[in-house]
Parts: sequence; structure tokens; C-alpha cells
Amino acid sequence: MSQQRNTSKTQFSFSYSMLSLVIVFLFIPLFVVVFFSFNSIKGMQWESASLIWYKTLIYESPSLWAAFRNSLIIALTSSLSATILGSLAAIGIKWYRFKGRSYITTVSYLPMVLPEVIIGISMLIFFSAVKIRLGLFTIFVAHTTFNLPFVFMLVSARLDEFDYSTLEAARDLGANERQTLLKVIIPSIIPAVLSGFLMCITMSLEDFVITFFVSGPGSGTLPLYVYSMIRYGVSPVINALTFVMILGTMLIAFFFRKFLKTVAASN
Amino acid sequence: MKRILKPRERERMLGTLYSAPMGLWFTLFFTIPISIIILYSFLKRGLYGGIEWEFSLSAYQQMFNPSFAKVLFRTVWISVVSTLLCLLIALPCGYAMAKSKHQTFLLFLIIIPFWTNSLIRIYAWISILSSEGFLNSLLKNLGLIDQSLSLIYNNQAVIVVLIYMYLPFAILPLFTTIDKFDFALLDAARDLGATKLESIIRIMIPNIKSGVSTAFIFTFIPIFGAYTVPLLVGGKDSTMIGNIIVDQVSKTRNWPLASAFSMVLTLISLVGVFWMLYNGKQEQHQKKNNQQALEQNIKLHYSQRGRK
Repeated sequence: MSQQRNTSKTQFSFSYSMLSLVIVFLFIPLFVVVFFSFNSIKGMQWESASLIWYKTLIYESPSLWAAFRNSLIIALTSSLSATILGSLAAIGIKWYRFKGRSYITTVSYLPMVLPEVIIGISMLIFFSAVKIRLGLFTIFVAHTTFNLPFVFMLVSARLDEFDYSTLEAARDLGANERQTLLKVIIPSIIPAVLSGFLMCITMSLEDFVITFFVSGPGSGTLPLYVYSMIRYGVSPVINALTFVMILGTMLIAFFFRKFLKTVAASN
Repeated sequence: MKRILKPRERERMLGTLYSAPMGLWFTLFFTIPISIIILYSFLKRGLYGGIEWEFSLSAYQQMFNPSFAKVLFRTVWISVVSTLLCLLIALPCGYAMAKSKHQTFLLFLIIIPFWTNSLIRIYAWISILSSEGFLNSLLKNLGLIDQSLSLIYNNQAVIVVLIYMYLPFAILPLFTTIDKFDFALLDAARDLGATKLESIIRIMIPNIKSGVSTAFIFTFIPIFGAYTVPLLVGGKDSTMIGNIIVDQVSKTRNWPLASAFSMVLTLISLVGVFWMLYNGKQEQHQKKNNQQALEQNIKLHYSQRGRK
């Protein structure tokens, strides 16, 4: 018995040490980059602490900020359209039977499982076949397309928990379709809609591969700008940008969690 | 006067009203583009890029050209090796997380690095592995090496970075299934004389099969279609199928060939997804059958132990 206990302990610590190693492995690259963003010289030899690269990032990188502005525009517009279209479709698919229902369900999962390269290439070929000029609009279309499945999935999952009798009760009490939608359905799915929206924003800000194919001159987003810089080796400005981006995402995530909690509490 | 619709009609109209916008969007910007790719893969290449409207299988024949076949083969082995390594690393991690009392915190730790832009994460690896990078200058400062080691722009670097990028995709599904696993079964197996390792391999692994297949697909599909990682940390002998597709579109302008390669990538991804769904369904079915037998066995077992 005591021998068995021992083996159990070593097994347990094996999996635990593996997990610790993995967490170190996941964090080390980011720590290295952030650490060297405070280096006073270019390169990976530590010289002395300095904030020079943050200064360069803020004051001397206008094209980076232009790319960031593009990213923000795309993220907000595409997430908004994806959230509206996806939520409405989830309601329709969940509660009504109609022609084309299974087609929509199938097609809404596919963009999620296909490799990004395929989505990007197919859109590029499509846009050039119908002669739409590549630019912010084509990026908007592409981002809405890859964001839609996630909103659809999240809202559908939320609707699965929704009690259909609430809807019947609302109708029995004389609510028409618009009133049921606005006063019963939407308030109950709003947490899913909001988290879908946030997920869209992050995925849109993060996407590189698909954007790479459908962007035109002057419509580059932040990831595209980062790409053009890292193709030519290590750049301390990117180090500084990394830290700013990590802080930014952490802050957004933190506030959004709080916000979701208050929404959930008020429901 | 307002026309009153029959319930059936009303339902059809409302459903269409709600879902049509998304349906149209996907038809226009997903179904049609994918159909164009399928169509183009069976057409002839135009003289100055683009296509000629003539049926031809030459794109598929070109895929067997030795230089492309080599890339196809390389893509398969790089994906298989990095996916298997991901699973091997993720399995104990998922196990440790499921056993831990601090699950939320650990999940948080696994996900945080993921929030960083993927290009930035690749960039972080470039700054660690490159000849003037962190690792080389660290080793030089420690006096372990005089000359920089070439750690980047080869297949090993591609595999390491791919594992880094997709490891959480393997850990999360494994964690969720292991978390649902009834650890009393392991104790039962141990009491019946199995060693710890035996009990894990013979009792736990079969019970978390759906998690393993989900983890496999979640890592394999994006790795198989990888484009940025081989482009940025791979050498000239590490191109994968994703890179070929892009090169054929942007440099060589051979659209039919790019479409044919896209078809291969799409088909393999779809086969993977269907396999995963099938496995999940089968397991659910099996579980129903096994559940009762298992419960009875465990009850019997514990009642016997109680008597001792």
C-alpha cells in the first residue's frame, strides 16, 4: 500500500511539473520581449534601462498609429455587423422552421473550421473576380465573415438555455413579435451578445492572415504593420508595442469581466 | 385590413426574416468564393495570370510535380510531429489542471499569452532564436559558445514555434474532458491491482477519447494550414502547403494550382472535423451503454471493500 502511495505521488508531481514547465514556456518569450523593450540600445545585449523605445513608439511612429486607427475602424464596424446578423440568425434558427435552415446552420460552422489561408484566398479570388477594389471595405467584409460563426454559436448556446414558455407567456399576454423580441428575447440573450461582440473585437484586432490577402494599399491594419516591420528583423519599437498591447488587452478583459458581471447581476 | 397569416406561414416568414441576412451574407462571401475556388481548380491557367475557361485537370497533375510533392509530404510530417508533441505535452497538463484546486487561475495562466497578437508571439521567438538573439547572446555571455548557433530558419524552429502557438488549443479540450472524468474509476482500477500508469492508459485514456480527438483536430487543422510560422521562422526548406498556395496566387499567379492546393487543404480539414464529430457521437452512445455496467461494478466493488 505504501508503495502505491509513493508511485501516486511521483505521477502527480510529474504532471504538475509538466504544467509548470509549460506555463514557463508560454510566458518566457513575452517576458524576454517586454524586458528588452526597456533596453537603451537596439539588440538583445542588455545595456541600460531606458524608455527611449516607448518615446519612439508614441511620438515618431505615425504610420503605426494610422494602421492602429484602421484596425479600430475595422474591428468596431465588423464586430457590430457580425453581432447583429449573427444574433438575429441564431434567434431565427432556434425558434422557427423554414426553408434553407439546415443550409444556414452548416454554412455558419464552416468558416470556423477551415484554415485561414483558404478563407483569405477564396475572398481574394472572389473580390478580383467581381472587380471590387481591395481596401478597408474588403477587410470589413472578410472580418464580418470570420466573426459571424462565433456570435452565432455563442448566442445559439445561450438560446438553448432559454425557456420557450416565457415566449409563449409573452405572446399570450398580447405582446406582438417586435415587443417579444425587444422586451423578452434580447434582454435575456444580451450577455451572450456582448461577449460575442467582444470576442469579435479581439479576433478582428488580432487577425493577420485573412487581412493580409484582402487589404489594399493604404488600408493596412496593425498586424500588417507589425508584419512589415518584423520581416526585417528585431525592432525595439515592436518590443515596446508588445508591452502596450499586453497591458491594453488585460485592461479591456478586466473591465469587460466586471461589466458582464453587473449585467448578469441585473438580470 | 391586416392579413392574418396561418401559424405555419407566419413561422416560415419570421424565420426567414431573422436568418436571411446572415444566410445571404454567407452565400455571397463564403459559399460563392469557395465555389469559385472549386471551379478554378478544374480550369486552365491563363497566359498572364488568371484563368482560361477550359476544363482541365492540369492543376491536379502539377501537384505531383516532385517539388510540390515534397512540400506536401513535409507539411504532413511537420503537422503530425508537432500535433503529437502538443498532445503529449498537453495530456499531463490537462490532468494536473483537472486535479488542481486552482483551476480558474491555471486556465487564466494558459490563456493570457494567447491574448497577445499571434505575430507578436512569433516575433518573440525570432528575437529569442535569431543569431543575435536572446539565447545566443545569453550562451555567449555565459562563455558556453563562441560562435552563434543557428537556431532559427529551420524545421526544428518551425515545430517549436508551432507547438508554442497551438499548445493551448490542445490543453483546453483535454482539461475539460479530464475534469469530467470520474477519478474514482482510477482508484477502483488501482484497488483491483493495476499500476498507476496502467490505470491511466487502460481506464482514463479510453474514457477521454472525445477530448483527445477534439484536441488533435483543434491543433492539427490550423498547423496543417499554417502560413505565418513557416514563413517567418522557417528556412527555404521549411515551406508548407499554405506558403505554396500564397506564392501561387501572389507571385506565380497560377490560380488553378493555388485552388487545387486549397481543395486539398479544405478536404483534409473537413475529413478531420467529421472524424471528430463522429468520435464524439460514438463515445456518447458508448457511454450510455457503459454507464450502467460501470456503476454496478463500482458499487459492487465498494460494497465488497466495505465488508473487508
